[in-house]
Amino acid sequence: MSEAAIIPQHETEAWKLPSRGVVGMACLILAEAAIFIIFVVAYLFYLGKSLSGPTPRDVLELPVFTSICLLSSSLTLHLAVASLHKGATRLCSLWLAITVLLGGIFLVGTGMEWYHLIYVDGLTIRTNLFGTTFYSLVGLHGFHVIVGLFLLSLALLFSLRGQLNNSHTEKLEVLSLYWHFVDAVWIVVLLVVYVFGR
Amino acid sequence: MMATQTPVHAVLDQTSTTPPRRLVLEVLHDWIATVDHKKIGLMYIGYALIFLVVAGLEAILIRIQLAVPNNHFVSPQTFNRLFTMHGTTMVFFVGMPILFGFGNYLIPLMIGARDMAFPRLNAFSFWISAFGGTLLYFSYLGGDGLYGAGSAPDVGWWAYAPLTAHAFSPGHSTDYWTLAVLLSGIGTIGTALNIVATILCMRCPGMKLGRMPLFAWLYLVMSMLVFVTVSPLTAAQIMLMLDRYLGSHFFDTQAGGSAVLWMHFFWIFGHPEVYVLILPAFAYANEIIPVFSRKAIFGYPAMVAASVGIGFISLSVWAHHMFTVGMGAGANAFFTLATMVIGVPTGIKIFNWLATIWGGKVHFTVAMMFAVGFLFQFLIAGLTGIMLSAAPLDWQLGNSYFVVAHFHFVLVGAILFMLFSAFYYWFPKMTGRMLSERIGKWHFWIFLIGFHLTFDLMHIPGLLGMPRRIYTYEADRGWAMWNMLISSGGFIQAIGTLLFVYNMIWSYFKGAVAGADPWDAWTLEWSTTSPPPDYNFAKIPTVESRRPLWDLKHPEDPDSNYE
Repeated sequence: MSEAAIIPQHETEAWKLPSRGVVGMACLILAEAAIFIIFVVAYLFYLGKSLSGPTPRDVLELPVFTSICLLSSSLTLHLAVASLHKGATRLCSLWLAITVLLGGIFLVGTGMEWYHLIYVDGLTIRTNLFGTTFYSLVGLHGFHVIVGLFLLSLALLFSLRGQLNNSHTEKLEVLSLYWHFVDAVWIVVLLVVYVFGR
Repeated sequence: MMATQTPVHAVLDQTSTTPPRRLVLEVLHDWIATVDHKKIGLMYIGYALIFLVVAGLEAILIRIQLAVPNNHFVSPQTFNRLFTMHGTTMVFFVGMPILFGFGNYLIPLMIGARDMAFPRLNAFSFWISAFGGTLLYFSYLGGDGLYGAGSAPDVGWWAYAPLTAHAFSPGHSTDYWTLAVLLSGIGTIGTALNIVATILCMRCPGMKLGRMPLFAWLYLVMSMLVFVTVSPLTAAQIMLMLDRYLGSHFFDTQAGGSAVLWMHFFWIFGHPEVYVLILPAFAYANEIIPVFSRKAIFGYPAMVAASVGIGFISLSVWAHHMFTVGMGAGANAFFTLATMVIGVPTGIKIFNWLATIWGGKVHFTVAMMFAVGFLFQFLIAGLTGIMLSAAPLDWQLGNSYFVVAHFHFVLVGAILFMLFSAFYYWFPKMTGRMLSERIGKWHFWIFLIGFHLTFDLMHIPGLLGMPRRIYTYEADRGWAMWNMLISSGGFIQAIGTLLFVYNMIWSYFKGAVAGADPWDAWTLEWSTTSPPPDYNFAKIPTVESRRPLWDLKHPEDPDSNYE
């Protein structure tokens, strides 16, 4: 037995492996996507099968403004990552703050929509199958927005305290993958619930 | 043979070989706060073994109840709880943790890494799964709420709607079941994520994907499968909790909800779950059979392709559990065909294992004996699976003891046999001591006889029409003799299992010292000491073929010349 056999002999090419943060986040996204698919399937399966009103056509309105806010927050987060990569930490803080603000607007918009649905239209999770599937699907997405906002706020806090520099680019990028996923899910939810589902 | 040589790395290892004695509390703190993949792996295995004994005892109680007709050994309510707890425990708190335990322990060692990709996530996943199991069994105390007498869940491990509705499951027993499964699901996804990230991102230099041990490949496929199967179950559990706590109507038929939807969601998880459990058993066979046949694995690329193929096909077979629901001819035909197709990659695997043994210099150690048992029994399990995949035959045999016999052939005859094999093979690496081969041979033969007595014969009352999950039966059905034999086989298996536990305890203290490489094996875990140091490898190895230790031992004829 000699040491030599386990030491590279003719194989000297660089050994490069994917980043574990990106791979881990990709796996999480895959698992989360499967959860969302089940909720979307349930929504579509029960579409039009409610035994009583109100129906989606009666009460739902396309949330144009909040959707624009949420989807553009993906862009601002991307700009935050890009500026951190270039070392522009102040700019990064600014873009992060805008992202958190846009995400916050989306949440407030959802809250106002739900308030209206519950207290004006009388639709709760117990009312009918539409209520059951609507609140659980949109609520599951909203829960992911809350988690994302919490993490983004932490990043913003760190950057405001000057603790974020371009060595953290990859970490912020992994977080941005999650946020892009949450936005992509919203496109699906928007199409299923507010466009085709009406 | 270069069995017990100290690896060259030991020369570089400057740490003391005799750690100072420590207080019990310090040791305990070490285990609870650890993020080391080997310790977490051992905790997974220990935790699974405890639940294996508990769920095994539940099986024994079920078999005592069914041994003779018109028996009232336990009450009908207790009987329902027993089969629910037996099934749930075996799948979620024995099968999954023990497979993750071996994976956790071995994957970083096999790919030449010092730990998993996310050590803290690893610890979190273990503890949340452990909490899930504890919660499930706490239902025996708190299932009716803390003031009343406790009761465990009694809805079966499928928990079909509307049994889980408030009207039919008052109290909290079903909530304990839901939460326990939900928590174990979170832990499962965490560990699967960790395994994928470890395999893709932590391999030592030279360990290309095509050079990885098949063990790592199988765990990679299994983990990918976990994401797309355990998540739907998590989603369905969330829906069930919303139904039970917030009054939503997912599975509430009176408000237009669908009980069949739950069946679909459950089996979208439930069937691939079987593959999640068996792929690691394939992983052990892929390592153990070549070493004891003294040949490299036959058809490495075909094995990888077959594993990935099984992963994909297994996603399209779930509704063969639902032929009796009445899905219509189109769906029945599709799921029949899809189920039969999965026999193709599985057959490729069996032939490759046989071809590996063929012409080899076979060493019949206990590990190899269990592996051979696995091959035979897995084949039979596959054949009855093909029988059940045909919708018309399934209409006759669905929900009968024939089905119970079939899937226990998979779970016990294949998975448990391969797990025993893995214990005999890797116990020396984990503890530094060999398991006794003499006790092991007794364990093998006794368990084999008990297994075949129970599960071969269990097909017959199924064919005679005995439904599963019945509390008792009349004497004139003609099932009595079979059930008596099946139950006595259960006791023989219990004796075999006790021998195994005794063997582990005895060998841990008195077994022969193993040395680094007792089997003259070829994968990287055997290149470090037994048990490995905290850092696994003093120096990260570099590999040039699928069998790095072969290259090391045979520099005149390395594998890298042929791959």
